[in-house]
Amino acid sequence: MTEITEKARIGAPAIDGFTEEGENLSPLNAAAGPLAGASAKSHSHGGGVGVPDSSRAGRLTSYKADDFGQLTGREEDWRFTPLKRLRGLQSDALVGTAPTVTVSGPEGAELPAGVVVETVGRDDARIGVAGIPEDRVSAAAWEAFKEATVVTIPAEAQLETGVAVVIEGTSTELSAQHVVIVAEKFSKAVVVLDHKGSATVSQNVEIDVQDGADLTVVSVQEWADDAVHASSQQTRVGRDAKFKHVTVTLGGDLVRVTPSTRFTGTGGDAEMFGLYFADAGQHLEHRLFVDHAVANCKSRVLYKGALQGKNAHTVWVGDVLIRKEAEGTDSYEANRNLVLTDGARADSVPNLEIETGLIEGAGHASTTGRFDDEHLFYLMARGIPEDVARRLVVRGFLHEIIQQIRVPALEERLNASLERELEAGNL
Amino acid sequence: MSTLEIKDLHVSIDTEQGSKEILKGVSLTINTGEIHAIMGPNGSGKSTLASTIAGHPRYTVDSGSITLDGEDVLAMSVDERARAGLFLAMQYPVEVPGVTMTNFLRTAKTALDGEAPSLRHWTKDVKEAMSQLRIDADFAQRNVNEGFSGGEKKRVEILQLELFKPKFAIMDETDSGLDVDALKVVSEGHNRVHADGAMGTLLITHYTRILRYIKPNFVHVFVDGKIAEEGGPELADRLEEEGYDRYLTAAKA
Repeated sequence: MTEITEKARIGAPAIDGFTEEGENLSPLNAAAGPLAGASAKSHSHGGGVGVPDSSRAGRLTSYKADDFGQLTGREEDWRFTPLKRLRGLQSDALVGTAPTVTVSGPEGAELPAGVVVETVGRDDARIGVAGIPEDRVSAAAWEAFKEATVVTIPAEAQLETGVAVVIEGTSTELSAQHVVIVAEKFSKAVVVLDHKGSATVSQNVEIDVQDGADLTVVSVQEWADDAVHASSQQTRVGRDAKFKHVTVTLGGDLVRVTPSTRFTGTGGDAEMFGLYFADAGQHLEHRLFVDHAVANCKSRVLYKGALQGKNAHTVWVGDVLIRKEAEGTDSYEANRNLVLTDGARADSVPNLEIETGLIEGAGHASTTGRFDDEHLFYLMARGIPEDVARRLVVRGFLHEIIQQIRVPALEERLNASLERELEAGNL
Repeated sequence: MSTLEIKDLHVSIDTEQGSKEILKGVSLTINTGEIHAIMGPNGSGKSTLASTIAGHPRYTVDSGSITLDGEDVLAMSVDERARAGLFLAMQYPVEVPGVTMTNFLRTAKTALDGEAPSLRHWTKDVKEAMSQLRIDADFAQRNVNEGFSGGEKKRVEILQLELFKPKFAIMDETDSGLDVDALKVVSEGHNRVHADGAMGTLLITHYTRILRYIKPNFVHVFVDGKIAEEGGPELADRLEEEGYDRYLTAAKA
């Protein structure tokens, strides 16, 4: 396996006399010590220590698209995206028909008891609870949406079955969409956002995981080939809450998902998993942000992607920010890509910003490997036919993410989808 | 009783400077129960022979033949050769991302036998073979060869030899890079399979060291793509003392 590995691990051993180390690592004290500067910022793709614009903490947020200016493609968060293929989501009015939203139990079954589904206007108090748009396309959708779907898991409800939110597009007119998921205190649930059909949509999904709640959100992008989808999925994780986010992106011409998770109370736990499989010509982009803004929270990020075919392009950017206040943070993020054929391109950029040394641990890893003739030869030399060998590798690689979903029917469906992807690539 | 027969084999590879002939007429016959050692200096074509038998796409057979009990091996694909009973223990086993050892071994065994192995026996066989080769049990859950040390990779090759029980084992410098303890473990693994009496071995090595543990019936010395000398085990002893110098001088003259 040809492998490019980037790893960093920074621990915070409790050594007498070094308890002020955290102060020194803050960008506000850039010049204060050898641990600030290059070592703290070496993986950031920005200006440098002490320049707020280069830090994820300094990223502009606004409800108004124009505050972001017109996109040129040179912006840090748009530099990998082919803007032309956004079809004007970044510049034109999003007035078309948005994909329909249907909420039910799994596979169209009855909605689990207690779950409340509402369609609300822009002035509803729950809108804006999880965050402010972080880019122009997200802000454009914020300005344009007329009504939002709010799904509420009531306090202390322990749902035995999942909630399916089917989002089905029927037109490729430019449109805006807004969905809010609220997991009230001490509730437990799995919500699946199931995207299908044709659409050109900018979408804001707000997720409010209140204190002590345990919420899993699975966002499946199995769009038709002509779909363009920009999805900002912002989550607020409350005190002692548990949040698992799983992204599965398989279909669509251009899909750009930007999940941001912010800890707002101590003791929060967030896991963010993702799987993508890009075929010829597809652009699948995932930009993560984990904002450790309070102490003693834990985050784990793992995204895995497979690419096959000419001009298959995937982008993964993982920003983890451990703020000065976030002592006791435990964080790790990784992205692994498997390039199956020539002509495909995987970009992978882990960014770790640490403003305090008083943490449990923080690390990141990124690998991009090729499935090449030597792997094939090895497996075939053990009697395994070529097609079986190729599928064995891809299936095994991606299964790690699928098994995180823990909704058997959905896992089965996604496994079947992966088999179709493999067949389509003649693998 | 099976026979692997190599006749007047000429093999070349494509290089930037054009086609380069590596094997220049190799003939060799191995029967079940026999151990043939192929020795020779670096670059003499030993590993090319091993890879050609297994069907590595890098090597082009220009003329000659390889047959297994009369069947044309050169007409078979890589996986067909394995299913016909040929096993190559590789010099540099590759890491295969995404596939656990457990999954790999079971898939290969199923492909080789044409049916899935009985789960209960299989699990037991794998465990036993792993422990005999002193491979940690947790390797079963790791990806094939991923992060294994050189010695661990070689042990895993022999693990497969024990589990797959081929008609012919081709061991391509399995001994290189092993310390004495690992060398013993690996040799014992081979010898266990050999003792069953249903396998022939082509043992390719640069050093005579492994021949203390795996006793060859025949020794062939490879120089410049051809067999320069053949004999019994005593030839290995002579090489141990004299090295390959006299062949190299002769080849240059």
